[in-house]
Amino acid sequence: MPTRRPESFRFPGRGRDAVLNALADRIPYISFLGISFERHGDELTAVLAFDGKLIGNPRLPALHGGVTAAFLEVAAIIELSWTCYREDFEGTASRGESAGADAMPRLPKTIDFTVDYLRPGLPRDAYARARVNRSGRRYASVHVEAWQDSRSRLFAQATGHFLMAAPTDAPK
Amino acid sequence: MASDLHGLAKSMIDALPHSRALGLKLVGIGDGTAEMTLPYDERLIGDPETGVIHGGAVSTLMDTCCGAAVMGHGAAALVATIDLRIDYMRSAAPRHAITARAECYHVTRSVAFARATAVDGQGSGLVATAVGAFNVEWA
Repeated sequence: MPTRRPESFRFPGRGRDAVLNALADRIPYISFLGISFERHGDELTAVLAFDGKLIGNPRLPALHGGVTAAFLEVAAIIELSWTCYREDFEGTASRGESAGADAMPRLPKTIDFTVDYLRPGLPRDAYARARVNRSGRRYASVHVEAWQDSRSRLFAQATGHFLMAAPTDAPK
Repeated sequence: MASDLHGLAKSMIDALPHSRALGLKLVGIGDGTAEMTLPYDERLIGDPETGVIHGGAVSTLMDTCCGAAVMGHGAAALVATIDLRIDYMRSAAPRHAITARAECYHVTRSVAFARATAVDGQGSGLVATAVGAFNVEWA
């Protein structure tokens, strides 16, 4: 078993969480849906806290298909934005310089998003994890999976393409 | 008949808690088509720098409008989305409602196919398009 190096050896963990929280907190729609993010190292999990206003069909009851799509899209955008931020700025952070709030992650724009509804979303918390499969200078391709009771029993998955925002500190 | 369908579909859509939370309104329905609006709301902003509504809210509008178009095709006991693809052509104009028009263009015994377009009444062209397949149990 390899010895676990303290995270602060390379990246100040508090800085990472501060950036992540600042990223999510400044988007009103993320709070409206009640989505938060849990970070373990470089792995992000989006958490959708169940609320009655997320229900589509009240007879089943089940999460609204639009909520599921939105949850997956939010998870994909934050994962992508955060991945780009780390590539752009953590080199700076590791040298002990501050990548502060003035260097906020850029938000990519959705080009297209395809959701595959595998089973109804139950009236309870949901989780999602996204994977950036292609990250180019112009666009990225992201796959995202969502589950509730069991990670191996997905209730929805999606693939989206995103236009990358121009780097804020691009060399002239 | 058309007004009965409109009333039934409207009461079904109004009964969806999340549609109510977003303020979705059914403008028209019938003959496999539906029209719905999503009013502008600051709680739905996805880009704080521009005030543009998050794509996720547009997804909900498109999903609900396509589902309504399926109901507009015939009496359905259940309409559940199998898959839905949304293409975003441009950002919706801030502080303007988004209107979606959907059409259910083919049905089988258990599957309905629908597509939708969304406009904001500002600028030119479409804000988004969508296409999806829906699992249906006809009443």
